[in-house]
Amino acid sequence: MSGHSTYEPKTAIERWLDTRLPIVRFGVDLMDFPTPKNLNYWWTFGGILAFCLVVQIVTGVILAMHYTATADGAFNSVEHIMRDVNYGWLIRFIHANGASMFFLAVYVHMFRGIYYGSYKAPREVLWLLGVIIYLLMMATAFMGYVLPWGQMSFWGATVITNIIGSLPVVGPSITTWLWGGFAVGDPTLNRFFSLHYLLPFMIAGVVVLHIWALHVPGNNNPTGVNVKSKADTVPFHPYYTVKDGFGIAVFVLLFATFVFFNPDGMGHPDNYTPANPLVTPSHIVPEWYFLPFYAMLRAVPNKLMGVLTMFGSIGMLFILPWLDTSRVRSMRYRPQAKWFFAVFVVACLILGVCGGHEPDDLWLPSAGGFTLWDSDLFSYTWVARVFALYYFAYFLVITPLLGLLEQPLPMPESISTPVLSHPATVPAGAAASPEKKG
Amino acid sequence: MADTAVTTNPGGAPVSPGDDPSRRDFINIAAAVAAVGGVAAVAWPFIDQMNPSSDTLALASIEFDLSKVQLGQQVVVKWRGKPVFVRYRTPKEIAEAVHDDHADLRDPATDAERHKPGKPQWLILIGVCTHLGCVPTFGQGDYGGWFCPCHGSVYDTAGRIRKGPAPKNLYLPDYSFLSDTKVKIG
Repeated sequence: MSGHSTYEPKTAIERWLDTRLPIVRFGVDLMDFPTPKNLNYWWTFGGILAFCLVVQIVTGVILAMHYTATADGAFNSVEHIMRDVNYGWLIRFIHANGASMFFLAVYVHMFRGIYYGSYKAPREVLWLLGVIIYLLMMATAFMGYVLPWGQMSFWGATVITNIIGSLPVVGPSITTWLWGGFAVGDPTLNRFFSLHYLLPFMIAGVVVLHIWALHVPGNNNPTGVNVKSKADTVPFHPYYTVKDGFGIAVFVLLFATFVFFNPDGMGHPDNYTPANPLVTPSHIVPEWYFLPFYAMLRAVPNKLMGVLTMFGSIGMLFILPWLDTSRVRSMRYRPQAKWFFAVFVVACLILGVCGGHEPDDLWLPSAGGFTLWDSDLFSYTWVARVFALYYFAYFLVITPLLGLLEQPLPMPESISTPVLSHPATVPAGAAASPEKKG
Repeated sequence: MADTAVTTNPGGAPVSPGDDPSRRDFINIAAAVAAVGGVAAVAWPFIDQMNPSSDTLALASIEFDLSKVQLGQQVVVKWRGKPVFVRYRTPKEIAEAVHDDHADLRDPATDAERHKPGKPQWLILIGVCTHLGCVPTFGQGDYGGWFCPCHGSVYDTAGRIRKGPAPKNLYLPDYSFLSDTKVKIG
C-alpha cells in the first residue's frame, strides 16, 4: 500500500507463494509501514479499538452458543449463561462491559481526531469511514442491549423504534416493519439477534477500508505537519506495535477493573427484571454512551424536530471536514480553537449528565421556581438546550469562522525540527534517527 | 481484437459496418431498465418478509368481559402485544372530561368522540403513549387520567393529551359491543 516493498522472499517456498498470493509480502509491508515518529498515546486508541472489536466478536460468538433468541427463552437463557454455563458469567460480563469500553475508546479516538485535525485533507474519506463505523457500532450496541429481554431492553427498544415512527407519512409503516408485529415482540427480538451477529463483521469490513484509507496518506501526527522525509518516520513495527501494546495493556487494566469489581456498574438494575409489555419502568435511560444524544432528543419540545436534532448531531460529524476552514491541522498551533474544543468536550459530557436525569429535575434544587417558556430555568431541560446549542454552534458557526479569524502560532517546518523557543532545553541528539538506537 | 476487422473513427471509438448507434443505445437502456426492474422484483420479498407474518395478523382481535371491571377501575388487556386500557369511568370523571371539551386542546376531540354512543362510562384506549410508546400510569397526573413516566406526558379522563411532549391523544382501538357486558377489540 505504501508503494514500495522491502520484502525479499528467502526460501524457495516463499518465492513460490509470493508469485501466487503475496500475503507474506502484504503482512511484512504492513508492519514496515513508515509512521510519524512523534505519535503520542492518544494514537494508541486505534489499536485499542481493534482489540475491543476482537474481544466483542470472540465473546459474542461464544455467548450465541448458549443464548436463545425468543421472547419466552431469552431472559432465562441469559440467566443460564450467568449461573450454569462454565465461566459464562465472565464471558458475559466481558461482552457487556466490552461494549462500554469500546465506546469509551471510540470517543477518545474521535476527540483526538478533532483536536489534531485528522479529518482534514487528504484524510476526509478516512474520517467518513470512521463515522460509518461509529454508526454501525451504535446500531450493534442498541440491538445487543435488547437481547437479554429485561425491562430496560424491551422499553429501550420500544422508545427507540417509536422515534422512527415520528417520521411523517412513512414512520408508522417503518416501525411495524421493524417490529414484525404491532409492538416490540418475538419477531423483533429474533431479527435483532440476527443483525447483532451480522453487524460486527460489517464493522470489521469497514475497519479494513478505514486502515486502507489510513495507509494511502499515512498517519496524521500531533504537529499536524506532513511527513517530509524518511527522517520523520519510523517503521510501525516494532515502534508502534510496542507502544500500542502498552496502551492496550493499560486499557485492559481498566477493563478488568469493571469486569471483576463492578460488572453491573454501567448497566441498569431494571434489566434484571424480565420484559413486561404492560408495565413501563419509571425511568427509562439508554446506556451511558447514548446519553448525550438522548438529552438532545428530549431538549426539543417537538417530537419530530427532536428526532431530527438527534440525527443532525451525528450528521455534523459527516460534514465536519468541509466545515473547517483552517489550514492548520493541529490545535497545538491554534490558540483559540483549543479552548473552543475544550468547551465542546465539556458540553458533550454535560449533555451526557442531562440525558441521565429526568428533564424536569433541577440541577440546583434550591434555585427552582422560575419558569422560562415551558420548563424551569434550572431544570436539566434548559441545561441540555444550552449545551445542545453549543454542540451545533461548534460545528456550524465556530469551526468555519475560527478558521478564517484565528491567527495560528508558528508551525515547525517538519516533524523533526519542532519550533523551539528555547533550543538549549532540548538534549543533544534528541532529534537523531531513533531507528539507530536499537 | 487484432484478428477482427474493426475500423476506428478519429475519436478512437470502434465503428463496425451496420452498427447503428441509436439502436445500440436503445438496447443498452432497455437492458438496464429490465435489470433494475428485476432487482426490485427480487428485493421486495426480502424486504416484505420483515412485515407482520400471517399468524401475527391472525391474532388481531380479542373479546373481553366488562363485568370484571369495577366502577372507577381500569383493567389492562393485551391486544396485538400492546396494552389496551378498559376504564369504567365514574360520573365525576365523565363530567370533568365533558367540561374540558372546549379547553385549549393540543389534539382537539370531544369526550363524545372518545367513547361509543350511550356508553360514556366505558373508555377503551390503546395504552401506549403517543410520544415514544411507554405505558402511562393510571389515575396520575394533573387531570386524573394518565401520566407517562418516561417523558412526563399528562392525559385527562378522556385520554386526551393535556401536557408534556406527546403530540396526540391516546389512540382508540377498533372495538364494538357484542352485548352490554362484552366487547370485541380489533
